[in-house]
Amino acid sequence: MLSADQCRSLRCLAEMMIPPSAEYGVPSAGDDAIFGDILQSLGRDAEHVMAVLRTLDAMAGAPFADLDTRRRDAVAAQLRETGGEALTCLTRIILQCYYRDDRVMRSLGMEPRPPFPEGFEVEQDDWSLLDPVRARPKLYRDAG
Amino acid sequence: MTTPVDVLIIGAGASGAAVAWSLAETKMHILCLEQGDWMKPSEYPSTGRDWEARQLDDFHISPNRRARNTDYPINDADSPIKIANFNGVGGGTVLYAGHFPRLHPSDFCVRTLDGIADDWPIDYVTLEPFYAENDRMMGVSGLAGDPAYPPHEPMMPPLPLGKSGATLSRGLNRLGWHWWPSDSAIASVDYEGRARCINLGHCTSGCAQGAKASTDITYWPAAIRAGVELRTRCRVREITTNEHGMASGAVYYDADGVEHFQPAEVVILACNAVGTARILLNSGSARFPCGLANSSGLVGKNLMFHPYARIAGYFDETLDGYRGPGNCIWSQEFYETDHSRGFVRGYTFEFSRGQGPVMAAVHGMQIGRLPWGTEHHRAYRKLFCHRTGMVAICEDLPEEHNTVTLDPVMKDANGIPAPKITYTLSENSRRMLDHAVARATEILRAAGAYDVWSEAPISEGGWHLMGTARMGTDPARSVVNEWGRSHDVKNLFIVDGSIFVTSGGVNPTRTIQALALYIADSMKHRLATLFD
Repeated sequence: MLSADQCRSLRCLAEMMIPPSAEYGVPSAGDDAIFGDILQSLGRDAEHVMAVLRTLDAMAGAPFADLDTRRRDAVAAQLRETGGEALTCLTRIILQCYYRDDRVMRSLGMEPRPPFPEGFEVEQDDWSLLDPVRARPKLYRDAG
Repeated sequence: MTTPVDVLIIGAGASGAAVAWSLAETKMHILCLEQGDWMKPSEYPSTGRDWEARQLDDFHISPNRRARNTDYPINDADSPIKIANFNGVGGGTVLYAGHFPRLHPSDFCVRTLDGIADDWPIDYVTLEPFYAENDRMMGVSGLAGDPAYPPHEPMMPPLPLGKSGATLSRGLNRLGWHWWPSDSAIASVDYEGRARCINLGHCTSGCAQGAKASTDITYWPAAIRAGVELRTRCRVREITTNEHGMASGAVYYDADGVEHFQPAEVVILACNAVGTARILLNSGSARFPCGLANSSGLVGKNLMFHPYARIAGYFDETLDGYRGPGNCIWSQEFYETDHSRGFVRGYTFEFSRGQGPVMAAVHGMQIGRLPWGTEHHRAYRKLFCHRTGMVAICEDLPEEHNTVTLDPVMKDANGIPAPKITYTLSENSRRMLDHAVARATEILRAAGAYDVWSEAPISEGGWHLMGTARMGTDPARSVVNEWGRSHDVKNLFIVDGSIFVTSGGVNPTRTIQALALYIADSMKHRLATLFD
């Protein structure tokens, strides 16, 4: 669906949004597996993504990915000022693919699995916290 | 023509399921037409790795975004609050959070107590046994003794406080303000064949565990066992009437778009305050030129939402994050009218837990807390599992200029006019929202938040739909009488949120279902004289 130049621009944008981190041991959003997921996840928002990429290349005056770093930063900043709903969609797709990647989830202390069927643990309760509320008189009004 | 039935129910959601189950004991031939499908819990988002993404896609709360074959479009461009719903067996209960408060005694008499809007023609005491009956069918967890309510006994222990609830409740205690474990339609222990909650953290995209009480797994199995027929993928276009001005049945389209006529002796609408108004307005005839049951001119008017504020705080300590049911505790410190606050009526705070990894990122970026570039990772780790907060559910007062009408252009896949929403946020609501945001900020700061964010109103927060076919004793000022029967059409009943006279400041589903059971009970007691 996307042209080769648009793919390169999108990957470049994704890497600018989320670069790799040695400190946290996570890849960038342009990582092969994550970017593959992004390309397969455009779905009903494909038109929005295409619109952003067209705008990006128009702002760049050339394929965005071919710009030098300083120029890329300037164009990306301009895009973020004017991107609107279409950029919001594109950003969401990048984030949803990045933060469901196994390596990223592990780095956050999560098991890379869906919630069901194992579920999660939630701390037990200290209902003594309710004691001051129990001591209050009724709050509700009687009907007229 | 299909086989005539005694009772035709339109809509298989919260109220349609309840009224079907209650009427089943009469052994009448009861048929329910539902435009959506049966849900498959094994396919709910929480069963897959894309669970958060699907909440923004095929499980989105907006029918316009979700755009399933079973949805109809809604023109809500002229409303600051957009419609949320779900079409399928279970209706809105498939996607609701399961927060399950009752209305209060004062909610039924706001004209008498506060001099505004109108009193209901029934009171809390009338509904109390039907609240209790509904509680047994849906299964309610909670804790008896809440000073904000008349006594009632939830049948299951409350959902866990967790780190988020404990943190927030300490803040509330520092301020000396009310809080209590929320009544929730979520099983905290195994209940009536439903497995207990295992803290999937994804209640609002369907509960794969079956712990949350959606009516496809509560009322419907019991109603079907008792003989009720439920027919899915049937979208009703209009209710027909005969030469005597009585409802004679409904015209609907099946999944293939084929038109059918279903004759019936009694018709019950259970399509929520948008869908019900849409069908009534689309059922006009020479005898009913302004739509069916609309001699008062009030069908589609007095649309009420609950304007919502969302307020969240960021904390140094790790909180529940993606774990747990969203439901936690509530506060009704500011529920009853206090004129010194600058508005009438009030609101409920409902406290939630946190967000999953994707939503923490998406939302963090939307609100400017999550940057692009090298600082992204460090900033993200200050957000993820460090956020908790609340929503404020503000009472919305009935105003005739807030309406559901038929859109002159937009139509659904069957060519039925789409509903058009026209709604303006009132000055009273704005003041209430401002008050709620200010008080919530105090709570979060008292609980230790170092950063607070808010949104009011929540633009996508049109979850609660009420008031477009209000009940009352005066046919000039109401659409149905005090037991849900149309003033104009003696065999037409409405059992959904349309009939609310005022909205209260709480989630309406428990009251909608109690009303449906009350109306069914009223019908059963009047079977011999039902149309008099």
